[in-house]
Amino acid sequence: MSVESVLFYLFGTILVASALGVITARNPVHGVLLLVLAFFTAAVLWLLLQAEFLAIVLVLVYVGAVMVLFLFVVMMLDVNVARIREGYAKYLPLGIVIALVMAAQIVIVVGAQAFGLEFFPRPEALPADHSNTRALGLLLYTHYVYPFELAAVILLVAIVAAITLTLRHREGTRTQDVSRQVRVKRADRVRLVKMDSDKGEQP
Amino acid sequence: MTELWNSIPAWLQYAVLIAPLMVTLTIVVAMYTLAERRVIGAMQTRIGPNRVGPFGLFQPFADVFKLFFKEVLIPTQANRVLFLIAPLLALVPAFAAWAVLPFDAGVVLADVNAGLLYILALTSMTVYGVIIAGWASNSKYALLGAMRSAAQIVAYEIAMGFALVGVLMAAGSLNLGAIVDAQVGPFWHWYWLPLLPMFLIYFISGVAETNRAPFDVAEGESEIVAGFHVEYSGATFAAFFLAEYMNMILISFLAALLFLGGWHPLAFGIDAVDEVLALVPGTLWLFAKAGFFMFCFLWFRATFPRYRYDQIMRLGWKVFIPITIVWIFVEGFLIYMGWGPWWQ
Repeated sequence: MSVESVLFYLFGTILVASALGVITARNPVHGVLLLVLAFFTAAVLWLLLQAEFLAIVLVLVYVGAVMVLFLFVVMMLDVNVARIREGYAKYLPLGIVIALVMAAQIVIVVGAQAFGLEFFPRPEALPADHSNTRALGLLLYTHYVYPFELAAVILLVAIVAAITLTLRHREGTRTQDVSRQVRVKRADRVRLVKMDSDKGEQP
Repeated sequence: MTELWNSIPAWLQYAVLIAPLMVTLTIVVAMYTLAERRVIGAMQTRIGPNRVGPFGLFQPFADVFKLFFKEVLIPTQANRVLFLIAPLLALVPAFAAWAVLPFDAGVVLADVNAGLLYILALTSMTVYGVIIAGWASNSKYALLGAMRSAAQIVAYEIAMGFALVGVLMAAGSLNLGAIVDAQVGPFWHWYWLPLLPMFLIYFISGVAETNRAPFDVAEGESEIVAGFHVEYSGATFAAFFLAEYMNMILISFLAALLFLGGWHPLAFGIDAVDEVLALVPGTLWLFAKAGFFMFCFLWFRATFPRYRYDQIMRLGWKVFIPITIVWIFVEGFLIYMGWGPWWQ
């Protein structure tokens, strides 16, 4: 076996194990951390496929930002594990049915009859100076520029919607007006009083 | 010699190269902690540690030995596994990021195309050490510190990433060596001037990302004791300490490489002067430039009072991010018009 296949099977095993851990972990924080591990291992697999840009961006965006916020929220929650686990036996048959339907759908859509190995030529090894980042950029900003921009606008709309839905102005809160704080002068805050130390006010 | 070198397998070659780099870095961190105490001492008209060895040079080693002989205490209610993994998670990305950092033209462990992205991805992972440490300690103060750190790092990472977008637009490459070579010329060709807002925002965000004063609310001695590492002792505490200083040095080197021309010697555009200055080796120039930023970290700590937490958030989200976005558009316009942000 070549070094690549050893690495592939090693990281593939870690990926599957951590993904299983995500759904079986009792503690939600452990679940999130295992999901982080799963993302990271997936990035390694992409790196083995010479897709270094996607691999690094997966780490940067999902591991470095999205999962940090996830962890942030999960740590703050006081999850009652017993309540989540009750009714496990009751919902199990329904869960199995849904899982089977989903698995069948996936097999039908991306099964071997359409995506088998014989339909694709063996990929050529890319030269050492091939830049995955450059190739993706050239494709994304020429051929796929409209879908790309549309996705960006949809994300922007989602951001604006999320902010407007959660933004509320409560009455009676005391927030600082930053521009007023910056503009303040010494004379507004400090008053120097000249007093004779001998003839201070008697108590 | 070259034959012997080529005959050993590639992974062993890397191992041979990595070991001295890591040892050097650790010693630089040790000297940096001493420099911090001496410099801040001088700024506060104190002497600082000067008893152990000449000029106190052995003080950091004495500190390290002390820390390693201390017991690693684990709180009874703590999550043992995560509690012990957290310092490693802080330390590993701090070391790994150095793999793509060039020290001179071509002197780099891994000369990868997407070097800048790689560094950005790894520095974004350092936050896990802090968060997991805070949570696994099962302590109020530690959790508060971790939460503060998480929110702060996410906020400043965006501004930092946008500042780096400015650099890669100007250089047209993500490779750190290529970025440095794009800045060749007198000192006003270095990116600090054409990208002045990006430069300032990058360095300030770097200070915030490493949780250093005046952004050190994650530790916040006066409010939450020691923040995320309040429960750590001995070697595990030393690991956090090492990671923090390693990240500071990394930010300093990156600022020198991306904005101050890296290993290119200081040049004024006057031939007689430039020839003399070019006699100094490039690596020394890089270390001198990075040393300036490392000094700034200490200087800030001795000078500025700590930010209030809401002010940190405001600065990150409402000041830095808009400025970087505007400057990216300005830069894009300049490049489109063919003016270029660099005067060549």
